[in-house]
Amino acid sequence: MDVSKRQVGDVTILDLKGKITIGTGDVQLRNAVQEVMNSGANKVLINMGGVSTIDSSGIGELVSAYTTATNRGAKLKLYGLPDKVSDILTITQLITVFDVYDNEGDAVRSFA
Amino acid sequence: MPEEHRFHLAIGSRFENIELVQVVLKDCLQREGMNKDALDWVDLAVREALANAIKHGNEQNPAKQVHVDLRVDAGELVIRIEDEGVGFDPSQLGDPLAPENLLRPNGRGIFYMKSFMDQIEYGAGPGGGTMVTLRKRIAGPQSEAEAPRTESSQD
Repeated sequence: MDVSKRQVGDVTILDLKGKITIGTGDVQLRNAVQEVMNSGANKVLINMGGVSTIDSSGIGELVSAYTTATNRGAKLKLYGLPDKVSDILTITQLITVFDVYDNEGDAVRSFA
Repeated sequence: MPEEHRFHLAIGSRFENIELVQVVLKDCLQREGMNKDALDWVDLAVREALANAIKHGNEQNPAKQVHVDLRVDAGELVIRIEDEGVGFDPSQLGDPLAPENLLRPNGRGIFYMKSFMDQIEYGAGPGGGTMVTLRKRIAGPQSEAEAPRTESSQD
């Protein structure tokens, strides 16, 4: 998986691309979120649009990222979920936990 | 079923080997005529089963193998995945939909497998490790762009 970081105003965006699966993408996601949290970012947006596959380990990392951010008083949101990723979050009822947006504009404005 | 659509693989307990199984699985299921949606869900279920076998069964010991047996019988895909661990009791797992478990980072793999497949069974393999059997119909109306089943609990 590839992770790249960019800034839109005071919102830090992580663009994910590829597989978030056990042993590879899950670790990269954990490290990327940890890095932005340690840098003091408190508005974090994860662009899921390029995610081709996610497994339970990847889902677990998203949950950990959410709880880590919340515990630090930061906000972490998702946007651009591919249909299958949305289905996977839905069947475990996590779709109700995350703030999820269709597009980047709506997601960025939601932090205001 | 044509003999070439049955295979057995043995992989060392490394997560990267999951991708090797996926390549063979995808090729086989495409030749069986499984549509992409159904194939994606089977792919995910098999990923979960392999990850469990490597991580929990064989404790990532690369000297221990995970055995994968795939066959299609009367339009039903049957995949058996067996590790060389000490066995496992799935009844001890918590319900990932319970409010107290919703934000746990783990404990969803078997739930996903149950959601994506028609049936899964756990048992002891001939070598004493854990053997999980995954079943999915690939012929007939059930194979048409089937969405994962939603369940109210893990049982």
